[in-house]
This record gives sequence, structure tokens and C-alpha cells, in this order.
Amino acid sequence: MGTEKVLEISDFNVDFWVDGVWYPAVIDMNLGLAAGKVTAIVGESGSGKSTTALGLMSLLASNARINGSVKVKGEEMVNAKSAILHRFRGREVAYIFQEPMTALNPLYTIGFQIIETLRNHFDMGPKEAQKRALELITMVDIPEPEKSINKYPHQLSGGQRQRAMIAQALACDPALLIADEPTTALDVTVQAEILDLMRGLKDKLNSAILLITHDMGVVADMADEILVMKDGITVEHGTADQIFNKPRHPYTQQLLSAVPKLGSSLKRVLAFRQDAKPAPVLKLTDVTIEYPKRGRVPAFTAVKNFSLEIYPGEIVGLVGESGSGKTTVGRAAIGLLPVKAGSIEIVGKEIAGANQAQLSAIRRHTGIVFQDPASSLNPRLPIGESIGEPIYLAKIAKGTDLARMVEELLDQVELPRSYRNRYPHELSGGQRQRVGIARALALTPDLLIADEPTSALDVSVQSRFLDLLTELQEKLKFACLFISHDLAVVDILAHRIAVMQNGLLVETGDRDDILLRPQNDYTRRLISAVPVPDPAEQRIRREARLAAKK
Amino acid sequence: MKLFGRREKPIGEILSGGESAIANKEVEGLSLGQIVRRRFFRHRAAVVALFLLSSVIVFVMTALDTKIGPLRIPGWWRWTVEDIPDLRFEDCPGGTIGCPTLSVNPFSGFGMGTHPFGQDDIGRDYFALVMNGARRSLMIMFIIGFLAGFIGVVVGSISGFYGGIVDAVLMRLVDFIQTVPIIIIAAVIGKTAGRVGPVFLALFLGLLTWTGLARLIRAQFLSLRELEFVDAARVAGASNARIAFKHILPNAVGQIIVTVTLIMAGAILTETALSYLGFGVVAPDVSLGLLISEYQTSFTTRPWLFWWPGFFIITIALCVNFIGDGLRDAFDPRQRRRITKKDRLQAKLQVKAGA
Repeated sequence: MGTEKVLEISDFNVDFWVDGVWYPAVIDMNLGLAAGKVTAIVGESGSGKSTTALGLMSLLASNARINGSVKVKGEEMVNAKSAILHRFRGREVAYIFQEPMTALNPLYTIGFQIIETLRNHFDMGPKEAQKRALELITMVDIPEPEKSINKYPHQLSGGQRQRAMIAQALACDPALLIADEPTTALDVTVQAEILDLMRGLKDKLNSAILLITHDMGVVADMADEILVMKDGITVEHGTADQIFNKPRHPYTQQLLSAVPKLGSSLKRVLAFRQDAKPAPVLKLTDVTIEYPKRGRVPAFTAVKNFSLEIYPGEIVGLVGESGSGKTTVGRAAIGLLPVKAGSIEIVGKEIAGANQAQLSAIRRHTGIVFQDPASSLNPRLPIGESIGEPIYLAKIAKGTDLARMVEELLDQVELPRSYRNRYPHELSGGQRQRVGIARALALTPDLLIADEPTSALDVSVQSRFLDLLTELQEKLKFACLFISHDLAVVDILAHRIAVMQNGLLVETGDRDDILLRPQNDYTRRLISAVPVPDPAEQRIRREARLAAKK
Repeated sequence: MKLFGRREKPIGEILSGGESAIANKEVEGLSLGQIVRRRFFRHRAAVVALFLLSSVIVFVMTALDTKIGPLRIPGWWRWTVEDIPDLRFEDCPGGTIGCPTLSVNPFSGFGMGTHPFGQDDIGRDYFALVMNGARRSLMIMFIIGFLAGFIGVVVGSISGFYGGIVDAVLMRLVDFIQTVPIIIIAAVIGKTAGRVGPVFLALFLGLLTWTGLARLIRAQFLSLRELEFVDAARVAGASNARIAFKHILPNAVGQIIVTVTLIMAGAILTETALSYLGFGVVAPDVSLGLLISEYQTSFTTRPWLFWWPGFFIITIALCVNFIGDGLRDAFDPRQRRRITKKDRLQAKLQVKAGA
């Protein structure tokens, strides 16, 4: 084996049949991958990365056409007989998908699913398979393997589920592992662990990995070779060192510069003098929020004794892992969730325990941008109507006045005025988030709450979105609570940062204090887990992390 | 394929959109209503059914005189239900009387004759009777569809939107109504209330058939109200009624239309069954089911008395079902078009023409 190529792709093309025309999704791709090596395919959503991954083993929808040649261990996969494909899928080529909750069958235990894969491909008795499954689960470091083997996917955490899926993928010692955004759905600290695991297993089993991701940090951590894709075309192909240090194609350069880096942005100037603080726009004092008991599920306290103040013209970043309660704080601050104890004041008015009429009066001072651009706009309303709704309901304007105001708002978020009559499904994710901002700013609020507005966006779209938000904030001087799991994003925007863990506020302070001189252990861990788009730096961090473990 | 025209675009522009843009190519620049219409018109059986049903409705409604208050719009058919012409017995098979004069035999030529559908026992024109019956049945179908649709949507929306105690009470009501055997209750009502007319029957059936729709709409509301655009509307200051009817209900409209069409198809069959058993429409009024039941003794000798009402029942129910099917496919975003051999051939031709 040794230097022999595990995967050879030549002149690989994929087209989709839509409405009477073939549309190309992947164009003339060439790639060779040797055992024990990692090649990363990088690109924004829609660049054809996932299509490539699925197309390699003919897993695409029926309206796809594949041309060219894909050889796994010298065997042709394009237009191969289904018997051959069956033998190779799982046995020689294994997949790890983005969302482990949907890729694992919720009706079976993870042990059962691993055993199923094993017995499909090998002549193996149930006892033997059980033993091997246990070995695999131990190998991927799932705690208490004997117990975990009989657990269902919903009983495991996101990181553990991803480990279970890796165990299943590795069951047959595949020669090639295709990992399609394996860590995108995970928190940074968990992501670092999963990447360490994949790296260790690759060295142990000598598999080749085809890594598909949009995250340059992850690529810097893993890849030996990198292939940059844009609109189905391979724009640049080289070693990790070449791509990161001497990118030649302008698109690669643009992609790299769009990645937010910790500590690289300028210090942002506050709208007011530190010593003479005006009255806070949002004031949370000892807030406790509880999700009430539902049937047999006990009541769950999502946020405990949380206190935070936001002053006019200030952006406060609220950071934490998933499940830390940051979204809960954001929703309670705008009165969408009831507060169990404590008080929330917006521009001096209490919203804990306010009635419907009081709430809607207070909400005139606030706006919110939601996380998911796909569900935050009503699919049946043209976006102009969505944007204009707060104005219409506040009885500020109607008819042509309203239309004019909507057009102004569209100008503000740099969308063409003609988009007023479009429907959400016709817009891209980034455009929808702009619409979300326009709607949130419709009543020129004093407080804007942004709940992970960039987590569903590509890096370059994200950087444009953040620029726009900063610009608008400097112009309109609203206060902003910016909720995010991504420290690098918060770093660009925020004046102050608050860090949350398990419903508690663990640290709060000026941006530089938090990022450069973190006092709390958890904050430190969070900062060191953020992947940096620089292979050398990543190596140093990884070694530090491993040393800390020992 | 050429029915809707095709936007030709340079390849560069197509590529700049990428993968997701390709998936959206089919729906570019169209509102959701337009997308649904397009998908619906691709469903061949549904389009044929829609055409057939509208022709049947027009045909049936214009055949006889229509009375709206003092106004009287004359129909194009020469007999009415009240006329009793002489019974015809020439060239009827097996010595029967009142056989249909409709002739589609290609040798002797096409002809309507005086009584194309035949005559009943006392000589009334059967065509007029069938038209009148079909009219009643259609009217009952639409009343049931409208009433069941209305109650189902209102109850389902309220139940799903408010949840909690309101939901529990309304759903127990639904449980209760669903356990009521329609045929038996209809029998009791029919016997006690006597001859109350087809409108009453339709209203009554409508009051019993909305439960399935209410459950569906409730489920839709439960999932839709968790979406972020509902929160966004609430933050914008929308009232509960506005959120329910402006924001959530339009998103459930697909389900509503589909279910209501299926309710209507079921309604026409229920009405037929009830009338056949003697609990629905009663003489002297006519409905398709009643026609079948009235002449059931003569089916072996004069089968046409069974054919014609049966034909209309099947046609209407089948058409409504097909339309419902087409609508369901049109509203389901997961339905992807299959690539046919024709498509592949066309693609090859395109490539050739381009090269």
C-alpha cells in the first residue's frame, strides 16, 4: 500500500436536471488522496462540496447526472453496479455527516447500529460483533462504554452522538473516511475534542480522510492538502502551507480574510464617556428563568440570578456554549418568556409581570433579529409586508407612507427596493438576515437583541453582515445585546462581553479584558478552543491542549 | 413543457448562484401561489378532473329551470320533473317500458331521442330527474364542505393556538363527535324530524364531519406557532387574532384545501348512502342516492335506472378526489419531479443543438 492512492477522482462532473435544463454543480474536479492523509474541500454553501461528497458513492438524488471517474482502491465507482457500490459503502468508504441526530436512527441503540454495520459486511456472530462494537465505542472515548452501548441517540450529548457516528463509520476499518462538516453542529470546545479524536484515529488506522468544511480554522487543524471550490469549480489546489501562507487565487485570499480572528479587530469607541454612564437601556437584576414542569419532565432552571446592564449605544456580546441559557436571556429580555424571579427593565419600564398592553408599549423600544433566517420570516408574506408590519401595527404609517418607509429600510440594509415584493424563499440566507435587521430596526429601537444572527451564514456573508451591523449601529446608536457562541464574531462587534455557563454569568467585562486577560477558567477554555486559520498556530495550541490533558 | 415558457440564462449567471440556487431554479421569481398552481397543472389527472367537474357542474346547473325567489331562469332541457309525458315502449329490449333513446351506435348514427336517459315508472323524464338529483347532491356536497371546513378551521386554530385547557376541552368535544355513528344518528334525526329537506341534512352532516380537519389544523398550528416568525410578529406588536389568522393560517392553507376536498368527496357518498337507506333526502325531492333506492326493484329489468345516477355519483366523487390529490402534491414542497425518459432525450437534444 503505502504511497498508493486510496481515492482518485478525475474529470468529475455532476449536473442537476431542473425544469428542462442541466445545471452543473461540480465541474471537472481532479483529486488524489493517499492513505493516512487528509484532504480538505473548502468553499461556501452552494459551492458543490457536499454534492461532491455524496456523488463519489452515487448517493445523489435521482435528478443528478454524474460523469467522469472516481476510483476507490483502483475500482471504478461511477456507474458501477449496485452490488459493487454496496460492498464499498461502509466497508471501504465511510461517511460522517453534519447532524448526528438525524444521521443516527433514533429507534435503535448506538450499539445496535454499529453491530448492524459490522454484520452487514463481515461474517460475524452476534457475540463477536458486540465485542467489536464495545471496542469501537471505547476507542472513540465515549464515557462508560458498557452502559453507553445500550443507549439511544437522544440519551447522548451532541458530541457523544458525533463520536458514536465516528465509531460506526470506523467499524469496518474503511480505507477512506468522508467527513461532511463533521463539527459544524458542535460547540467549539467539543469541536476541538472531536478533531483531536479524528486525527488520532487516522494515525492509528492509516485511513485517508476527505474533510468537507467551510471553517478555515478546522481546515488549518486537520488538512495536509486543500482544495478550494467556488460554484462547482476548483479554484485552487495545494498543500495546507501553500494555501494559508501564499494563497494565489483572489477567492482564496478573500475567503481567508473573511475569517474573523480573535484580537485582530480595532478597539471600538463607546458612544458615551465611561465615567458618566447614562441610564441603562436594559437592566436585568437577579433574573431567574424556569421552564415549567411538563408532564413527567421536571421544571428546568435555564438561567439563575443573572444580572446585566446595557447602556445606550453599547454592544454587549453574550457568549456561551449551547445550553448555557444565552438565548433564554435574549428572549426574556424582550418579554417572550416569563421571568420567575428578578426584574427586567427596558428604558426604565419593568417587563417582568407586565400585561399585554404594557408589553406592546415597551416593545416599541426594542427589536430582535432571530437565529434562523429560514423560519424567522413568514413564508406567505412578501418581505416588504414583514418589514412594514411593526410600523403598521404601531399605527405610525399606512399605505404609501408605509411603502416609502419600507423602501428606506431596505436601502439601509443595502437590499434593492424591488425586493419589497419578493417572498422569503427567493432570498439567500444572508439576504434574509438583512431583512430580519430591517424589520428589527423598523421602529428605530433603543435596544436591538441579536440572537446568533450569523450562525447560519457563510464566513464571507457573515463578515459582510457584521460590517453592515456595525455601520448601522454607529449611525443609529442603538444599544445591542449580541448573542453568539463564536468568540471571534463577538470580538469584532462588542464593547463589552458577558460569558455564560450552565445558566450562570461567569464573567463580564470590557472586550479586551475578557479576551486578553480572562480571569475565569471556563472563559480561558472557550478562548483556546476557537480554531485559528493558521496551521502552525493550531499545532501549538493542539500540543498545549494535549499537554493539559495529561 | 413549453406551457409556461422558460427563462434562458447565460451559464455564468447560473453558476454564480451555485448549488442552492440550482435547487431554487424551478421556483425563481414566483410567489408561492404561482408555484402551487404550476405544480398542480403538472398533475395531469387532477387537471382533467378539474375540467370534467366544472363541465359537469355547468351542465347540471343549466339543464333545468332555476328559481331564485321570484326570478326564473329557464333551463335548456325540454322536460321538467313535474311533466308526465306518455310512456314509450317501442323498440325497448325484453318488453320493458321507458328505455333510453340515447344512441351512440356508430352504424345507426348518434341521436338523443325524446328521453335520452329513459323514463321512470309513470313516464317522467329520467334525464330531468337525474339532473335534479345531481343538483341536490352537488349542493349538499358544497354545503358540507363549506360548513365542515369553517368549523374545522376555527376549532382547530383556536385549539392549536391557545393550547392548555382550551385545547383539552375542544379536543374532548372532537373525541365525542368522532364516536357518534353518523348513519344511526342520521336515522334517528331523519325519523323524528321527518321531511326537513336536503339543506337541513347537509347542515347536519356538516356539523358531524369537521373533526378530522380540526385535528389536522390543530397539529399544524402546534408546529407553526413554535417558528420564529410568530415570535417576530409578537414582538412587532401583533395581536393574537392577527398572529393566528394573518401569520399562521395562510401557512396551513394547503392542508385545509386538501382536507376539505376530501371531505366533500366523502360527503357526496355519505349523502347517497343515507338517501338510499331512506334517512336522507326523501321524496318528492330527488337526490342521486334516492333515485337509486326508489327504483331498486327494477334494476334487473331496466338497468338504466341505475346507470345514470351511478355514473354521476362516481364521476363527481372521483373528480373531487383527483383534484384533492393534485392539490396535496402541489402543496407538498418535498415532492420533486422525477426525470422522465422524455426529459433525458430533450436534454441530449439541447446539448446537440448547443454544440
